[in-house]
Amino acid sequence: MNNVLILPIILPLITGMLLIIFREKIILQRVFSLLAVFLTGTSAVILLKQIQESGIQTLQLGGWVAPFGIGLVGDFLSVLLILTSSIVALCCLLYSFRSIGEEREKHFFYPLFLFLLTGVNGSFLTGDLFNLYVFFEVLLIASYVLVSLGGKKFQLREGIKYVVINVVSSSFFLVAIAYLYSVTGTLSMAHISVRVAEVGQDGFMTVIALLFLMVFATKAALFLFYWLPGSYSAPPTAIAAVFAALLTKVGIYAIFRMFSLIFYHEPQITHITIGVLAALTMILGGMGAIGYWDIKKILTYNVILGSGFILAGFAAFSTEALTGSIFYLMHDMIIKALIFLIGGAVIALTGTQKLQEMSGLIRTHPKLGWMFFIAALSISGIPPFSGFVGKVFVTKGTFEMNLFWLGIIGLFSSLLILYSMVKIFMNAFWGETILSEEEEKGTDKGLLFPIFLLTLLTILLGVFAEGLVPFIEQAAEGLLNPEAYINAVFNGNPIP
Amino acid sequence: MAILIGLLAAIGTYLILSKQMLRVILGLSLITHAVNLLLLTSGGLKTGHPPLLSEKSTVFTDSIPQALILTAIVINFAVTAFLLVLSYRTYKLYGTDDLEQLRGNDDE
Repeated sequence: MNNVLILPIILPLITGMLLIIFREKIILQRVFSLLAVFLTGTSAVILLKQIQESGIQTLQLGGWVAPFGIGLVGDFLSVLLILTSSIVALCCLLYSFRSIGEEREKHFFYPLFLFLLTGVNGSFLTGDLFNLYVFFEVLLIASYVLVSLGGKKFQLREGIKYVVINVVSSSFFLVAIAYLYSVTGTLSMAHISVRVAEVGQDGFMTVIALLFLMVFATKAALFLFYWLPGSYSAPPTAIAAVFAALLTKVGIYAIFRMFSLIFYHEPQITHITIGVLAALTMILGGMGAIGYWDIKKILTYNVILGSGFILAGFAAFSTEALTGSIFYLMHDMIIKALIFLIGGAVIALTGTQKLQEMSGLIRTHPKLGWMFFIAALSISGIPPFSGFVGKVFVTKGTFEMNLFWLGIIGLFSSLLILYSMVKIFMNAFWGETILSEEEEKGTDKGLLFPIFLLTLLTILLGVFAEGLVPFIEQAAEGLLNPEAYINAVFNGNPIP
Repeated sequence: MAILIGLLAAIGTYLILSKQMLRVILGLSLITHAVNLLLLTSGGLKTGHPPLLSEKSTVFTDSIPQALILTAIVINFAVTAFLLVLSYRTYKLYGTDDLEQLRGNDDE
């Protein structure tokens, strides 16, 4: 029992609800939303310490013992992800102060942002399958509104597609839950894991597993990513950055959890399926990233590539590969937010999304240019930045598990990422300066600080990876040994 | 029950594949109804027993699926309401509710 576990969920929720009342007071909204996100991050740090000292933390809501009530479970994986998402959210908030515009700020941008964070943190923490669905819906509904907030023509059109696709995939989620409930008779994830281990994962169970995979693949942009490029390029930068950094990652987390805790008995079917999908995702995402000349499109296809790479590591399913996956997952949250913010700043400066129409920004904005360069190196996995460590572990893991094709496609995809990034760098930053400072459509004043923060983070994460890897290794071990999770949830009570 | 669920899902799928925006939304809500019924059957259908476990009774109705359906209905209600507003705004701005005419890239 640890009451700190609920803080990452209720802090943003309560602040968001309060801020709805103070709709007109923008300064107040800014201060309080920053504070809420900061405190969420702090509670994640506290949790991390507690987990290190005394193992996985659990909280059974309302005091109902394990399989009957809804429980929250915080292990290394979920708390590390909460910490990273709070940091990213903080930077995106700082960015949005300058860029989001008063209209949106007065129309509940900050409450929606906080509700989105509630859903994300809740999905990371919950130990109950149906509760996972509810938190998915919380974050999805907040994201529906954020996509269409502002009511531009383009936003509305993409918003409709986004909502329809997510409603369909949520229905499939419910179908999968219904099937699983009718087979196992329980909704607590730890309890389901015990029951599945008892009866064995037969063909029917594997079908349910693949149904879950389909649902989460839609959310995580794993192969079923056709909805992503449109809806992620519709909203303004700060929102798109949060989406890119957090939303798909929640789907990835759900895949991690479901397929390491519950459906780990038939890896040659489920995990190989994940591996094949990941490989296809990387290839198709890479094609998209090198094919487009629209800066936002290139970045969204990079999100898809990232998802593919993380799940390639998961498909290998060894300590090494999982360590790499989790490290890369954290790195990916930071770096995706970073490149989206930089891309947004570039679009704000030039007033266009097309690469052909921009050039030579590095002369007028050297800081922005070099930070993009660092981000480009980091995302394509060049030492000493953070992408390198994750890529090494994932590649090593896939090779060790004899999945050479997967590792090679992963490495090849890094080349595609590098190409797409260098394309942006060459076109937007190098070359003749066609835009003098007076002609610029907007400013990057105030936008640089959050970008700088994230750049610093990716450097630190790369240089001091050694200090972080032990934590992540423990998270990976936790995924490989579900007994620890189950024991922590049941806490010595008899398992019915 | 199974036939009813299948029928609802089939009609819902047919409506989602049509061009008109309103039909798509109706199709979505039909599909979610089908899913709700599926949830109801997941606990096993027993009639004539209260959802309470007393010391004497050995048979009881599983109440969890009903709780799940209640949650799902509330969520779907909110999403459908939002989707209706969204489609109305889109219809106002674009002057059409034909999804064929709403496709395409941002390049136009």
